[in-house]
Amino acid sequence: MTVWFVPRDSAARSVGADEVADAFVDHGHTVVRTSSRGLLWLEPLVERVDDDGARIGWSNVTPDAVSSEGVSSNFVGRVEDIDFLARQDRWIFERMGITDPVDPEDYLAHGGMVGLRAALEMSASDVVDSVVESGLRGRGGAGFPAGIKWRTVAETPASPHRGEPATAAAHKYICVNADEGDSGTYADRMVMEGDPFLLLEGMAIAAHAVGADRGIVYVRSEYPDAISVMTEAVDIARANGWLGEGILGSLVSFDVEIRVGAGSYVCGEETAMLESIEGRRGMVRTKPPLPAIEGLFGTPTVINNVLTIASVPSILARGSSAYAALGTDASHGTQVFQLSGNVARGGIVESAFGISANELVYDFGGGTLSGRGVRAVQIGGPLGAYLPSDRLDVPMGYETLAESGGMLGHGGLVVFDDTVDMAAQARFAMEFCAEESCGKCTPCRIGSVRGVEVIDRIRGGEDAAFHEDVLRDLCEVMTDGSLCAMGGLTPMPVLSALDNFPEDFGHAAGGE
Amino acid sequence: MTVTRGRFAEWSQESAVALLAETSTSPGPVLMSLQAVQDRFGYVPAEAVSLIADACNVSRADVHGVLTFYADLRTSPAPDVPVRLCAAEACQSVGGRELKRDWERRCGESAELSEATGADEPVFCLGNCALAPAALVGGALVGRATVEKVESMVRGSLEESR
Repeated sequence: MTVWFVPRDSAARSVGADEVADAFVDHGHTVVRTSSRGLLWLEPLVERVDDDGARIGWSNVTPDAVSSEGVSSNFVGRVEDIDFLARQDRWIFERMGITDPVDPEDYLAHGGMVGLRAALEMSASDVVDSVVESGLRGRGGAGFPAGIKWRTVAETPASPHRGEPATAAAHKYICVNADEGDSGTYADRMVMEGDPFLLLEGMAIAAHAVGADRGIVYVRSEYPDAISVMTEAVDIARANGWLGEGILGSLVSFDVEIRVGAGSYVCGEETAMLESIEGRRGMVRTKPPLPAIEGLFGTPTVINNVLTIASVPSILARGSSAYAALGTDASHGTQVFQLSGNVARGGIVESAFGISANELVYDFGGGTLSGRGVRAVQIGGPLGAYLPSDRLDVPMGYETLAESGGMLGHGGLVVFDDTVDMAAQARFAMEFCAEESCGKCTPCRIGSVRGVEVIDRIRGGEDAAFHEDVLRDLCEVMTDGSLCAMGGLTPMPVLSALDNFPEDFGHAAGGE
Repeated sequence: MTVTRGRFAEWSQESAVALLAETSTSPGPVLMSLQAVQDRFGYVPAEAVSLIADACNVSRADVHGVLTFYADLRTSPAPDVPVRLCAAEACQSVGGRELKRDWERRCGESAELSEATGADEPVFCLGNCALAPAALVGGALVGRATVEKVESMVRGSLEESR
């Protein structure tokens, strides 16, 4: 019988992909569980190969629609011709929806390990130079040039763990930050569930470049499927000589361990993550020392986001100049944008920087799910700004968004329709900060609690003008006085809501 | 979307000590040890704190500090079918707040439901933001969640375990 491709991504499973896969098996078909294309509003999106060898698909499949003949409705034609997908430029997501995530043969057959093989033929410093030349910047939000960070670690000698004698074994670490806690972002999760070898390949390239012998992927506990796929992938990679002693017959030895978070947003901050991996409370560390010089267990450590590391194999495979040619002046390459919230077509859009928020929300996303007007889009997670619908012509890039009062963050766009109460959203930003603050610095720990109270007074119409001044003052203290982005950026959603939607903060506006 | 009900071992000091002998040798062992105890027993009983402190060679205060920092770690057994509704922005944009309100109302009407699912513990983002609102029902991720969908999954799970 026909081979059917059914995604195993947890978003697809959340709307019934497992039951659909079972139905295919019950009707005598063969099923291969693949990653997801990232066209999430179409899930479960199942595919098979047509007579010309192209993948054709059926969307929103239910078990009832499956028979021994195939699928009875919702034919979408050639999947790669779907406009949403055809208009993308996929580097990181090139295998997404096509391969079985944990099949090493499939990985090799679709371009896997080309980047690592290329890197192993180069000197370590040439690999660092390639990454510098590509213009790759950190995708976790801060946007620091990845190659410069790598160079610092490469130039710092390996050291024993803190507290160990100087004669103990010396190490350097590659730590992948997979604590993807921002609402509206799920690209890291999809990479880990859908193309785990890509992440491991990128880590091995980084290890070669900086001379690291150990790697850790810190995955949030809210992602159980990502944890199990990554754990399985590490074992398979070891068995294939992609990790361990002498990777691919080279002199590079590097192994990876998966560590699981425990439900703390602030552990996505790099130094809090180090504390958590070291088994302590996830409290932010003061910098300096930089983690690149004194990081995990006191050793030189590369800390990169999943998408940063996952960009590296294709940069090495396709060339750093091809990557650098994409995007804008200071934001090179592609970004994996994630459309979510009240949006008709939610999913992954991988595109060169420079695309506008309008194109993403309307051309790709198709406007709101509710069919009402778009009122606000929060870009860059819970610490990102709420942009009003008339300011969505901003081109996506680190500096362009900063100039328009927002930030790129991890590339998530959450769409809100005209029923949203922006004062309630501002209050939530403070509430979230109060819930998730690590408590180390006062502006964040106390400021967030006071922020909730002050916003309540404004919403209640209690001396609103005075309390608005208090709120602005408080936000200034939090921005300037907090140790990390948690307290430092919480004012961004609050003030963007206040500045762009002042009418929602009027007397007794909304109220829950 | 199979609901897996927590099947945890009964607390046993002997088995905990054996477990901790494995976890306490890694670098930075305290959080991992707490997670291992919770994975096996479903929660971290008070007795476990001093066992972990001994195994990892740290003070009980250190262990307590880690135990109380992380939202995942619990000091009492979990309900039969925990229900967690995402409280973050993407889910709010398509009725997450209303879902939570309606779910709480539904639990208020049914003692069986509220007993089986326990108090809602807020979770911020389950990574299913394109198919919001998202929920986690007995460990299974649900997209486009509704009160009816959540309730039928909870009841299905209770039915199975009878």
